[in-house]
Amino acid sequence: MPAIVASEDAVCLEEVQFSWPESRFSIAVNGFRVAAGEKLLLLGESGSGKSTLLSLICAIATPQQGRIRVAGQELSALSPAQRDRFRADRTGIIFQMFNLLPYASALDNILLPLRFSALRRKRCHDPRAEALSLCAGLGLPEDLLTGVAASTLSVGQQQRVAVARALIGAPDIIIADEPTSALDAGSQAEFLDLLFRQLASTGSTLIMVSHDARLADRFDRVARLEDIAEILRKAVA
Amino acid sequence: MTLTRLAFLSLKSRALTVGLTIFAVALSVVLFLGVEKLRTGARASFTDTISGTDLIMGARSGSVQLLLYSVFRIGNATNNVTWESYSDIAARPEIDWAVPISLGDSHRQFRVMGTTVEYFQRYRYRGGRALAFAQGRAFEDLFDAVVGAEVAAQLGYRTGDPIVVAHGLASFSEHKDTPFRISGVLEKTGTPVDRTVIVGLEAIEAIHVDWQSGGRKSGAATPVEALRAMDLQPKAITAAMLGVKSKLQIFTAQRAINQYREEPLLAVLPGVALQELWSIVGIAEQALIAVSAMVVVTAVLGLSVMILSGLHARRREMAILRAMGAGPTTVMGLLMTEAVLMACLGAALGLVMLYLGLFVLQPWLDSAYGLFIPVTPPSLREMLLLCAVVAAAAVVSLLPALRAYRMSLADGMMVKM
Repeated sequence: MPAIVASEDAVCLEEVQFSWPESRFSIAVNGFRVAAGEKLLLLGESGSGKSTLLSLICAIATPQQGRIRVAGQELSALSPAQRDRFRADRTGIIFQMFNLLPYASALDNILLPLRFSALRRKRCHDPRAEALSLCAGLGLPEDLLTGVAASTLSVGQQQRVAVARALIGAPDIIIADEPTSALDAGSQAEFLDLLFRQLASTGSTLIMVSHDARLADRFDRVARLEDIAEILRKAVA
Repeated sequence: MTLTRLAFLSLKSRALTVGLTIFAVALSVVLFLGVEKLRTGARASFTDTISGTDLIMGARSGSVQLLLYSVFRIGNATNNVTWESYSDIAARPEIDWAVPISLGDSHRQFRVMGTTVEYFQRYRYRGGRALAFAQGRAFEDLFDAVVGAEVAAQLGYRTGDPIVVAHGLASFSEHKDTPFRISGVLEKTGTPVDRTVIVGLEAIEAIHVDWQSGGRKSGAATPVEALRAMDLQPKAITAAMLGVKSKLQIFTAQRAINQYREEPLLAVLPGVALQELWSIVGIAEQALIAVSAMVVVTAVLGLSVMILSGLHARRREMAILRAMGAGPTTVMGLLMTEAVLMACLGAALGLVMLYLGLFVLQPWLDSAYGLFIPVTPPSLREMLLLCAVVAAAAVVSLLPALRAYRMSLADGMMVKM
């Protein structure tokens, strides 16, 4: 039985060490917590280990040492298949760009996580209606959602489709990896407004990585990646 | 959204490369099934060269040799059958009908065969089809000749044209004193009959009256009127086609002929001898099958290469699927589904192309080559081949699928593009 630890934390990393296979890059995280429902901004430049940290939280990467608990679940207790299901059930992910399967329609993209998560599927009484109402909330016109491939949408529209996909079925944690960096300043603000409004209705925890400190005042808490994670680059053998 | 739908959409987005790959698979399927159809068609046409005849009788030699000279007009008889023996056999109670044939002369590159008018009723091919006249009719006069379709086509003969028969094969001495007149042209049959000049048995006798062992006797030619008045009963024939009254008596008759005391004779069942002959020719079949199988293998490998080469450009897609909670096995499954979908479409397209081709080419193959390919639904063997193509695609797609599996494990959800 996987250990279920009662905790207020949405995410908790303790004494974690990880290195990618066939890579000299490794990361150490001694203690990192995010409370449930918290909106956290992680500030860090590229190469500061943000993608690795997010991969660890999403249970895509498994640490060599230490413990990671997400939404009350000890990740090391899970088999690879269970980790995949856990990721589908508990997390919604928004990438920097190229978020969507280019050949599928926006609606197909939004419904994609439900294919992998029975839990989130169950939360949507009518997945299609749910997707459409999310899109309405995000200001996406309905005629863009079906019939045309997602690759024909503008970058801003694609990012909003990605938000809808992350939020559908109300996962516990939304992880956003520089979602606004491909947008201009005006669109950035609008994008964040929409994201926060939707988060308020699902109550999900948000971990957003950015290098832009100006966004800080909209978040509950701001953390610097360099204070959390220690990057180790092994010498060339 | 099911995996199949995902695979289908992904394939649709790469319509050109996917289309070409599917087309290559389809072409290989057309080739393999086409060869298969041609092969079975050729075998059926071949073994249907003669039907309705129960036994072929000739001087004792080998069964294949007897078949070759009597039916295919290839090679020569080593010996003749005397008219007495032939009459003896033909009079046996089991024998229903007998048609004697006499070979030995030629006209240009075609063989001349002497026989009786009954030949046109008794000779059957392709499951009991009778000979039919495109022009004219069977011979009535002593110096009438009937030519096969190919003889008429190559030499431009029509009814009423005179023709001169040469003595022996590839010979310069011609029976000039006794020209023939073409009384009929046969329709195309796809059998050696097309390449034969058919005259009456008595005519063969008549043109040889003034001849002795390969040369013309000196002196004036016997006038045609005198020839007509002569008794032209041949002393010997080359072979005979026989029909028995009841199929049960075939072996009795065969045994009687093979054990005939007066003269060493041989009787063969044409079907059996044809099969025997085909087994010699059939080695070429194996080579054809092997070559077309290689083409199928090449097409299926090409399919695998196409998926493999596209993998790198699709790392982002894999990462998105992984981030959504797809396991590496799902990514593998997606690629294998794509391969199977392409193979299925290729097989289906190939089947459609094959049957369209068959419908279009069937009359031409029949008239030009005498090769009759029946348009029948795919045989079990052919369906198995189609299944094998799909299964092979699934197997070879394991390679790109495993590669994608490893890539998606190493990439995780971050791919820098």
